[in-house]
Formats: sequence, structure tokens, C-alpha cells
Amino acid sequence: MFGLDRKDTRLLILVAILTMAAPFLLNPFPEGSAMAQFNAGYPDLMQRFVIFGIFAIGFNILFGLTGYLSFGHAAFLGVGSYAAIWMMKLLTMNVIPAIFMGVIFGGLFAVIVGYISLRRSGIYFSILTLAFAQMSFALAYSVLTPITGGETGLQPKTNDPRILDGTLADGATPKANIFGLEMSSSFELPLGSWLFTFNTGYYLAAFVMLASFYVAIRIFRSPFGMMLRAVKSNQQRMTYTGLNPRPYTLAAFVISGMYAGLAGGLMVAMDTQVGPERMFWTASGEVVLMTILGGVGTLIGPVLGAGAIKYMENIISKINSDILHTWFAFLPDGLEDLVVTLIYPFIGKGWHLTLGIIFMLVVIFLPGGLVEGGQRIAKLFSRKKADDNTSDVAKAPAE
Amino acid sequence: MGILEVKDVGKRFGGLQALSDVNLSVKENTCHAIIGPNGAGKSTLLNCLIGKLIPDSGSVMFDGQSVLGRAPHEINQMGISRVFQTPEIFGDLSVMENMMIPIFAKRDGNFELNAIGSVFGNKDVVEAAEAMLEEMNMADKRHMHAAAMSRGDKRRLEIGMCLSQQPRLLLLDEPTAGMARADTNNTIDLLREIKEERDITIAIIEHDMHVVFSLADRITVLAQGTPLVEDEPEKIKGNPKVREAYLGESA
Ligand SMILES: Nc1ncnc2c1ncn2[C@@H]1O[C@H](COP(=O)(O)OP(=O)(O)OP(=O)(O)O)[C@@H](O)[C@H]1O
Ligand SMILES: [Mg+2]
Repeated sequence: MFGLDRKDTRLLILVAILTMAAPFLLNPFPEGSAMAQFNAGYPDLMQRFVIFGIFAIGFNILFGLTGYLSFGHAAFLGVGSYAAIWMMKLLTMNVIPAIFMGVIFGGLFAVIVGYISLRRSGIYFSILTLAFAQMSFALAYSVLTPITGGETGLQPKTNDPRILDGTLADGATPKANIFGLEMSSSFELPLGSWLFTFNTGYYLAAFVMLASFYVAIRIFRSPFGMMLRAVKSNQQRMTYTGLNPRPYTLAAFVISGMYAGLAGGLMVAMDTQVGPERMFWTASGEVVLMTILGGVGTLIGPVLGAGAIKYMENIISKINSDILHTWFAFLPDGLEDLVVTLIYPFIGKGWHLTLGIIFMLVVIFLPGGLVEGGQRIAKLFSRKKADDNTSDVAKAPAE
Repeated sequence: MGILEVKDVGKRFGGLQALSDVNLSVKENTCHAIIGPNGAGKSTLLNCLIGKLIPDSGSVMFDGQSVLGRAPHEINQMGISRVFQTPEIFGDLSVMENMMIPIFAKRDGNFELNAIGSVFGNKDVVEAAEAMLEEMNMADKRHMHAAAMSRGDKRRLEIGMCLSQQPRLLLLDEPTAGMARADTNNTIDLLREIKEERDITIAIIEHDMHVVFSLADRITVLAQGTPLVEDEPEKIKGNPKVREAYLGESA
């Protein structure tokens, strides 16, 4: 279906179901219950899941296929965001031009950075991209203040030109919308003690993510994708086979820059503001972590990695010592304090510590990332099944 | 005038004169063997033909055009394919994919942004790759990881990859090294067949004299970076200079 083989079609449908049903799936705990803080089914976080998923899918097209590790991809995300916010200031609060321009500018900037950085490979390439990203950050932070709003960043103002929109009613503020339907509008569905929120912005971002995922599958399975893997495997053989690796890597770089720009544009569509910190090197590092955590070079890995990291960032960081005390209240007082003291460094602001430990464990024990973890579990089950009934259950090797 | 004309080529590595005054003319549709002791400069000479090294002096003409100053991928697109002394294949890819890449390169040129169609939707490429795998007796290994194969199989795969491009000049650097006797004989048969059926010129470096005398129409003996003699196989066999060059090296 859709020009994909059966396995890929199944994967696409699975991802489609998961993203469409996310407001249910991510809210398994009733409102007000002790576990409710583990619910991730609120619009703000769900939007982040899919947007960073797009960012990581694109990053993986470069890093996963060609092996070129960029440490500056946040720059393209930032450029996409600035392009998007300018569309909202100059043209319209409709998010379509904003997102579109995010992609275009992310791609254009990637042409420049890629053209220069790809003259080197390995660590030198990584350092060049990092240098570009930090220069972009510095430019956005101070030098280009008239365009970027400097440290404070940009947001739509009531007195912006917005030539395609009519004048705002008195006292109204500009709101991001898609043909009038506001991004922030939600439909809330209370069911028993559960509350499910279906948000316009989330569904827009989710559809865009599905489309991006589909395009990524097509790229992975195409002759172009195969050439990118050839770049990673043996550039020497490639050149003596009559292929020029440079335009292949540049095309991969630009495509991944466009994905980053798309993510940046969507971020602005969801939350109409940009600041230079979006381009800071830690943001570039984060997408590397997401991709490695999920599984480099796999289709679904980057999405899983993005989800896992954003979940930890938003959920674990919200746990505080009071919450811990209520959880462990059943323990004798002294023991309760001890347990809370032991766990405390890993929660709240300490979530980075938890992330670091999980990341290390995954890299050491599951070099293929969460995807490899999933495959191992699936294998375990299929082996059990095969043992239970000695019929010829296909022990298909996980790919 | 040969299809390949090497004139006065010299190449120096630091203090080592690896090649000096190399003249070589390879006639179209013949098999020309280059033999010589270890370190004679045979691989270095091939490197100068495919753009991996640029000679310090001299000229290299292929089919009337200079190859010097061209990028390796351009030289390949002119019709020169090379099998390396240590197999160069795409280890992370499957055997089938390894075979398809050179066919895509031949069909689409050095760059083609074909990012939406599926690899296996290119029926012409799939068929050509399958036929070549069949010819190399590797059809059963098509799903294998190329890196997981034996050295001999990797080498056969590499030969197949080069042949699949239907090059006009095929350069082989010790193609049967690391192969079992049976595989060596298969390779000889294959190369003979190809030589007879196609318009192909072969330049082969080989230590295995059985292979050399089975295939070569002409032989150049290289010693210490310079051609010692060039002659027909029968005459090379009895040449005292050749014996000396070899015996001096390995007693
Ligand atoms: N890139 C290089 N840098 C420095 N020295 C080199 C380089 N390549 C080859 N040499 C040296 O040049 C000489 C010729 O090497 P070459 O590999 O051409 O020999 P060969 O005839 O192919 O030998 P063999 O039969 O062992 O493959 C050797 O002494 C080698 O050490
Ligand atoms: Mg050699």
C-alpha cells in the first residue's frame, strides 16, 4: 500500500494508530489519582512528542544513513522558527505559510552549512557543524537583533502588518490558526474520572509527522537511500564504482535540514514565540541523544527516542520531594526519609541524571537503542510461542 | 595504439621511488598481465590509472583521453573498473544491494536523486544484478550481509560488481588471492568467457602463475618500479632476467 511493502505498511499504520489515539493512550490514569502526574496526554507535551519526532526522523536520514554526525542541527530548527514567526508577523496568522517557510529556510541554510561542512568527514565535520550552530546562536542572540529580537526573541504583536489578515478587533490578540481554526482550541471528553483532550494543534502536528514518517520510509527504501548507506559503508568503493559521494551527502544534509526547519515551523505554529536558545548547542545534542536512544538508522527509533526524552523532561522533572513523600508514606518514617533522599537527586531538576543513566545503559547493553530492546522482547515471545506449540512458527529474524 | 597508454610514469613516496619510467601499452580486447615480486609497484601503478594516486611525471591515456586530473568517479564512468587487492565492498549492505549499486551507477551516472521510488521497483537493475549473482554462483547468498562472507566470496562479489558495469577496461589486483583452488578455476573460466564474449580489455596483477598463463595474451614484468620485460607468455617463461627478478626476491 502507498508504494510500501507489507512490513513498512504495517509500521506506518501502527504509527498512525498510535499518534491518532495518543490522547487516550497517553492518559491511562484517572484525573486526581496519585498516578495522574504520569499522564502525558496533554496537548503541550503531545505536540512536543511529534515535533521532536519529526526533528529526529530528519536527523536520522543524515546520521543514520550516511553516518555523518551533525552537532549543529538545532540551527536549522531555529532558522525554521524565525522564518515561521516572520510569516506570522508579515503575512498571516494562518500557520500554513509559516510552516512552509520554515521548511524552505531550514533547507536553504542547510545548503550553505552542508556545502562547507561536508568538505570534511568524521570529527571535523561534527565540529564544523557545531561551529556553525554556535555562530548562528550568537548572531541570533545579539548581532542580528533587528531580525531575531535578540535575547527576548520574537512573538506576533497586535500592530504587525499581517497583510493577508483583516485588522484585529479591538483588544484581540493574534492567534495561530489554520483557516480560522485556532491551534489552541481543544475538544475535551470526560469519561468517568478520565479526561481526554483532543487539540487542533496536536492533530495538525501529528498529521505532518505521519507524512514526514512516510516520506522517510520512502527515502530509506529508495535507490537514493541505498546510496546513502553506501556512503556510510565504504566511500572508497563508492567512488571507484563511479558514484560521487559529495552530492549524495549534501542532499541528505539538506533533506534533514528541511525536516529540522519543518519542526521549527511547527513549534512556532503551536506556541507563537521564538528565542535564540532554540539554537543552543544543547538543543543540537538533544536530537543526537534522541536518535541514538531510539536506534540509529532504524525507521521508528528516532520517534521513540524523541518521545522517551521529552517524556522524562516533562514528567520526571515535575516530581518533587513532597510527591515522593506521599508515595513512600507507607514506609516507617526513618526509612521513608532515606528512600526519598536516595531518589531525590534523580527527579525534578535532576532528571538529566536519570536521562544520563538510562542513556548509558542503553548504549552499553542495547547498542541498537530502544528498537533493539523491542526486538529482543519480541524474539523472546516468539521463541516461547515456538516452544509451546512445536508447529512451524516462523522464527523470522528481526530486522 | 593501445586502449591504455602509460608513458614515462614516475611516482615517489618520500625517499622511495615506487615507479620510474613506466611505459605500458595495453591493446584493446586483450588480457595483459603485470607480474613482479612484492613491492615492485604493481598496485601503485594501478592506483595511478584510477585516480587514487596522481603520478609525479608522465601521462596516462585511456581511449585517447587523459585520465590524469579526473576524479576517481569520473574515471570509472569513462569505463574503467577495478578489483582491489584487499576486497572493497559495501560490508554493511546485503550481497544483492552490493551488486545493484554499480548497476545503478552505470545506468544513472555519478549522482541521481531517486529518493521516492523503491530500489526493487527498478526491474532492469534487479534483473541485471540477479543475473550477475547467478553468473558468480552467489545467488543463494543474495540476502547475506556482505561483511559476513568469506574472503574468497567477497572477492568474487567484487569481481562481479566490476563486471556488472560492463567496463571497457577491467583492472584486477590479485583477484584470486585468498580463493580456494576450485574458486580460482571458476574465476579463470569466468574471465575467459567474459573476454571471449564481450569487448573488454583486462589488466591483471597476479602472483598465481597458473592464472597468469591461463589468461594473459601479454605479460609485463615489473621490478623495483620499472618494467623489466614485456613479451608473450611463452617467451616470458624462459626469460633469465625474469627468473632472476623472482629468485632474487623469494628463494
Ligand atoms: N601510499 C603509499 N605511501 C608510501 N609508500 C607506499 C604507498 N603505497 C605503496 N608504497 C610503497 O611502494 C612500494 C610499492 O608498493 P605496491 O603496493 O605498489 O607493491 P606491489 O607490487 O603491489 O606489491 P604486492 O605484490 O606486495 O602487492 C612498496 O615499497 C610500498 O611500501
Ligand atoms: Mg599490490
